Formats: sequence, C-alpha cells, structure tokens
Amino acid sequence: MKAKRLEGVMQGVFLFSALISVLSIILIIIFMFAGGVPFMMEYGIVDFLFGDRWSPSNTPSSFGILPMILGSIFVTIGAVVIGVPIGILTAVFMAEFCPPKLYKILKPATNLMAAIPSIVYGFFALQLIVPIMRNFSGGTGMNMLTAMILLGIMILPTVIGLSESSLRSVPRSYYTGSMALGATHERTVMKVIMPAAKSGIISSVILGVGRAIGETMAVVLIAGNQPIIPQSITSGVRTLTTNIVLEMAYAAGEHREALIATGVVLFVFILMINGLFMMIKRKESKA
Amino acid sequence: MSKISIKDMNLWYGDFQALHGVSLEIPQNEITAFIGPSGCGKSTLIKSLNRMNDLVEGCRIEGDILLDGKDIYKSNTNVNTLRKDVGMVFQQPNPFPMSIYNNIAYGPRTHGVKDKKELDEIVEKSLRDAAIWDEVKDDLNKNALSISGGQQQRICIARALAVQPEVLLMDEPTSALDPISTAKIEELVTELKEKYTIVMVTHNMQQASRVSDHTAFFFNGYIIESGDTRKMFTNPKKKQTEDYISGRFG
Repeated sequence: MKAKRLEGVMQGVFLFSALISVLSIILIIIFMFAGGVPFMMEYGIVDFLFGDRWSPSNTPSSFGILPMILGSIFVTIGAVVIGVPIGILTAVFMAEFCPPKLYKILKPATNLMAAIPSIVYGFFALQLIVPIMRNFSGGTGMNMLTAMILLGIMILPTVIGLSESSLRSVPRSYYTGSMALGATHERTVMKVIMPAAKSGIISSVILGVGRAIGETMAVVLIAGNQPIIPQSITSGVRTLTTNIVLEMAYAAGEHREALIATGVVLFVFILMINGLFMMIKRKESKA
Repeated sequence: MSKISIKDMNLWYGDFQALHGVSLEIPQNEITAFIGPSGCGKSTLIKSLNRMNDLVEGCRIEGDILLDGKDIYKSNTNVNTLRKDVGMVFQQPNPFPMSIYNNIAYGPRTHGVKDKKELDEIVEKSLRDAAIWDEVKDDLNKNALSISGGQQQRICIARALAVQPEVLLMDEPTSALDPISTAKIEELVTELKEKYTIVMVTHNMQQASRVSDHTAFFFNGYIIESGDTRKMFTNPKKKQTEDYISGRFG
C-alpha cells in the first residue's frame, strides 16, 4: 500500500517536471505574441515587415524591419556557405578517416566549441577577424562578411556533431556490401555512407541555420549594426537579434513594442526552421 | 579443376586462433558447401577468400590461398580487383538505401563503366541472371529497401553478378529468409554454377545436401572432413561428421 502511494507521488513529480517545460514554451509564445502582435496590427504588418526605414527616434518614428530581416537571412546564408562544407567534411573525416589518437583530441575539441559562450566568440572575432577584415576591405572591419565568417565557425560544432553521429549510425552492412564489390574505402564513404546519412546531415544543417539566425552577443560586437539594407558583403549589417539587444535597454512605448514584434518575427523564423527539422526527422523514421 | 586452393592455412583474430591448418580444394563451376556448428570457422574461411577479413582489426593469416594458381595474399595483389573477381553475398540482405537500378549499377560504376546504355544492359542481365527481373523490371527506380527480404537477397546476388565475378561467396544466404524465398535462392544457385564457382556457408544440412556438389565439415577451426557431398552425407568417414550430419550435436 505504501509502495503504491509512493509510486503515485513520484508519478506526480515526473508529470510536474514535464509540465514545467511545456508551460514555459506556452508562456513564451503567449507573451511574445501578446506583446508584439498588437503593435504589428496597429502599425501595419506590411509596413513593419517590408519597411526599409528603422528610425525610432524620429518624429514621426518609423519601424520598418526589412533591413534586419534581410540582414539575418544574408548573414545566415553566408554562415551556411562557409560553415556547412567545412563541418560536413570534418564529420566525414572524424567518422571514417580519423586515426583513433587524433580522434581523442578532435572529438573533445569540437564538443568544447559548442560549450564556449558566444560572447567569447565575439571577442575572438573582434581581436582576430575584424583587424584582418579592416586591412582587406577598409572601413571598420565590422561588416557582414565578418559576421558570416564568425557564424560559420560558430555553427561548426552543431553541424559536425549531428553529421558525425548520423554517419556513424549508417549500418555497417552497407559498408561491407560496398567493399565486397571491390570499391575503395573512399568511394564507399562518398557514394554509400554519405548518401545513407543524408537526412541526418541535412538536419544538422537546419539546426546550424537555427543557431546562426538566433545568435546575438557575438554578432553585435562585430557586425557594424547599421539598420540599413546592406549594399555589399563588406557593408555593416544589423540582424533581428542584434536589433533587439542594441535598443531594448532604453526603448519605451511604441519603440519597445516594435522590438518585441521584432522578436515575434525571429520566433516565427525559428518555428519554421524547427518545423522543417521535424518534417525531415519524420520522413527519416518512416523510410 | 580447382578454382581456389587453400593450403595449410592458419588464421588468428588477435590471440585467438580461428583456423588451424586448413587445406581445401574448391572446384570450378561447382558448389562447395561449408557446414559446421556456430563459431567453427566456416564464415572466417569464406571471408578470407575475398580478403574481407582485412577489414577485421587484429586478423592475421598464414599459409596460401591460390585463386587460379595465384596467391591472393601476396603484397602486390590488388584487393579491389580480387573482390570484383570474387563476389560476396551476405547473411542479411544488405541492399544499399538507393534505387534497385543504382544498387546493381553501383559495382560496374565503381569499376569504371559510365555509358548509360551499357549500364542498362548490365542491370537487366544481372537481374535476369538473379531470377528477379520479371518481379522488379517496372520498379527499377523504387528504393531497394522497400521490397521483400527474399527479393532483396536476390537483388544482392544480382549486384554481385553485375561486376562479372568468377567466384561467388555466399555466407548463409538464406538463413534470414522464409522457406519460399529460400527455395528460390537454392534453385537460382544451382543455375548459377554453370557460370560461376560457388562457395556457400550454411547451417542447414538439407540445404547442403540438396544444393552442393562438395562439402567441407568444420569443427573448432579444423576441417574434419571434406569431399563429395553425396558420399559424405551417405557414408561419412569420421564419427564427428556423422554425429553432426545426423543432428546429434551442433
């Protein structure tokens, strides 16, 4: 009888713990949308999303976040172009070519990369990438390309970790099947193992995109932060996230609501990315 | 005539000796069956014939294995060419997760065939030879994992045939299949011996006696007895062989 009651209590504890996380995500959604959507309606969704002027302190003030939307998209695309090939090739190397001794160093190193606080990445970029960029393109060196390179590095652990584990989970029988046909190790990896791990690798890229688009503290240090549509890859850029963090401290009234609405837009982006991720996962488990 | 000659071969996995002084002649265009209880070394020997054991860490081999009189363990042997000449079918059907067509075309492409028309011909011929063409000819672009296990195994046989091997190694090719699929594979194997030399590991005594021309009985890493299948099953020379065949152990 006593054991049964304890079991019931424990079940309650587990349920409560599970509910906390569900509750938080629900509360986040409610507060974000409650804070941001009324402003969007009032200001006009089209003017808000597609307006290219962001000048909160003008009278009348304008809150067009197109420069930030484009900034986030451009920077993320750049990060993917730089980080994904390096990340996938690293994962292939680690899963199929790496000598065990080197692996013992490489694996903890990539794990550590994921654990470094983003502000540290930003500081690193400020010290290293920005001066190089200044020599290369003139200006301050804080621009879109700098942000792309930094984010390309920052998404590496995500891409590497997930790609490697999906490569490792490819059944060994595919490998032996290919080798038994007289294929080389390299050909087997490229033509059989990698295609078999395709959906895992694509998932890793999508998660990398999520990481790049949501990154804030590192980007704010090195991107220049001008709220205008960047004219070239070496123009300064402001993203959705940095827009919020730059102005939230002093914003009030309509300005503050506009920043929350910026957060809503970012949130919708993240929801879409996660939806895509789940779709691919579901397809994978069906196949 | 012997296609493969194994002479006084010893094999170790690390410190464990898996094969002891094995000698065996494998005749051309006939079916040789390896029988024996689990862990007796028959799979180990078959994997040595196309050097798949090279992929096992700590595997060491002494003695000679001659294919057409040439030592396949000589340092100048091209392992990829060897594996093209000595094809292999595994216990679990292991088609690649791609279309049926690409499964069959994978081997020829690996060995340099690029011409689309030539590939089409190879694919059709291999599937016909593996007696599965009629079942899949309209579904060549279908994923090979979506068909039944018995069909998958014949796809794997077709895939092995597509690189035009001389020898076909089959490691318990029917143990994961239902009786009807097994019967189809057995029938196929007897047809294939016209063109290929076949070595087959099996746990199934009836299968060995039904299908094979020669049999080698393995026990604890030794070949206890080998020879003509009919003679061995009707009149085994060794007591151990008799006990195993009659199901007294194993």
